[in-house]
Amino acid sequence: MLGLFLLPLLSVFIRSIDPQFFNYAFSEQALSALKLSLITSTITTICAILFGTPLAYILANWKLKYKPWIELLIDLPIVLPPSVAGLALLIAFGRRGLFGSYLNLVGVSLPFTTVAVVMAQMFVAAPLYIRSARVGFTGIDRQLEEAANVEGANRWQLFREVMLPLTSKTLLSGAILTWTRALGEFGATILFAGNLQGVTQTMPMAIYLGFERNLGVALALTVMLTLASIVLLLSTRWLEKPNCD
Amino acid sequence: MKRFLSLMLLLVLFVAGCAPASTPAPEPVTLNVFAAASLTDAFTEIGNNFQSANPNVTVTFNFAGSQALRTQIEEGAPADVFASANAKEMDALVAGSFVIAEASRVLLSNKLVVILPVDNPAGIDSLEDLAASGIKIVLAAEEVPVGRYSREAFEKMNGQFGSDFSQKLLANVVSNEDNVKQVAAKIQLGEADAGIVYTSDAVAAPDLATIEIPTELNVIAKYPIAPLVESANADLAEAFIAYALSDEGQAILQKWGFASP
Repeated sequence: MLGLFLLPLLSVFIRSIDPQFFNYAFSEQALSALKLSLITSTITTICAILFGTPLAYILANWKLKYKPWIELLIDLPIVLPPSVAGLALLIAFGRRGLFGSYLNLVGVSLPFTTVAVVMAQMFVAAPLYIRSARVGFTGIDRQLEEAANVEGANRWQLFREVMLPLTSKTLLSGAILTWTRALGEFGATILFAGNLQGVTQTMPMAIYLGFERNLGVALALTVMLTLASIVLLLSTRWLEKPNCD
Repeated sequence: MKRFLSLMLLLVLFVAGCAPASTPAPEPVTLNVFAAASLTDAFTEIGNNFQSANPNVTVTFNFAGSQALRTQIEEGAPADVFASANAKEMDALVAGSFVIAEASRVLLSNKLVVILPVDNPAGIDSLEDLAASGIKIVLAAEEVPVGRYSREAFEKMNGQFGSDFSQKLLANVVSNEDNVKQVAAKIQLGEADAGIVYTSDAVAAPDLATIEIPTELNVIAKYPIAPLVESANADLAEAFIAYALSDEGQAILQKWGFASP
């Protein structure tokens, strides 16, 4: 089992050893894909934090009638294949889409834009952050909240001074998971955002097309993406360690 | 009871005696055909006919971009037959000794056509309109044969529509799709105003409007087909190719919009 995980990655690293490696890694196509991937996945992560944190907080603390259904809705993108996500986004927000056709009337067309890349990443990756934030907020001791209430803290203070510091590590590791997933997003992006260098061609897309044209570029990008993912995963591991102080 | 047993015995002997006499059922074999994505519909039909004629054979297709198929073969994927949308990938396999040069034959030819959504939202009536500003064009990526042929055709059009025609047209490209079927799908969904595919793709996706590209501006693609050197079923691979090249096979290909070589 471990071999199944290890051998393919090991093979990629071995095959990528090539005097041309740095030429491939720093080719124009590779660099523009890298730049686009970093920008879009960062925007996705920031949006996930901005909109996901309040959502997770509400889900953890408020009594909502349809809470199980909302939670199901948030978990769904995690298990759906990305191609389903891409097709659904296209059917909803495409030029002829259910909502996209209205956007089109006011001159907004989402497919084939960088915004579409971010939307695809959000759809697929943001639930990971919301999930871990919800778990983080739910895990807070009720007595602490009550104590803060006794001290006269209002809701905002309670959130900022108590909840946020206590959950910061969970939130951060959730954010890194979202970031990693967004960095690797492929299926939804190629369907909804298409493929144009510098506009929608992210690293996974360049790897896929590189596979068809130049295996060297694809391998160099694969190595870079794998290394970046390892670093990000190690940092979540480090964050998840229990407090030592 | 005794009679029943003896009857059973007789039956068993009869069956046992018969079995060797009947023609031995041929071993079931699987023929792996790696074919360019544009051949999907035609080859599926050819494969079904081939299976009906050879009941012990299961034809398994792997349809993808020709260059992806070539990489898969080079990396050791078990293929018996390879049908490419261009000579380049076949030549590469010949160079790598995966295919014998003499074994490669031209299967068919295919030409380019402009496709539009049926309601033609951008009002494109001629090839020249493709370079008008504000039009959304989807092409196959340059790495894919049809994408390269499209760009070659634009170069030819420069001579007729002005030297900056292809440059203006390429500025309208909103996506370079990874295979030709994706181009047709994006136009069918109406997400873009125009795309370039093979005539065969326009036939396979009927709810599209088309603009013909005159022969002098067109790029004719020749599809080579060959058995793989390492095929475990060389005779069968050859039989499949012979069927695809036969009048019957060619008729099926023509039905799906291809032209004979």
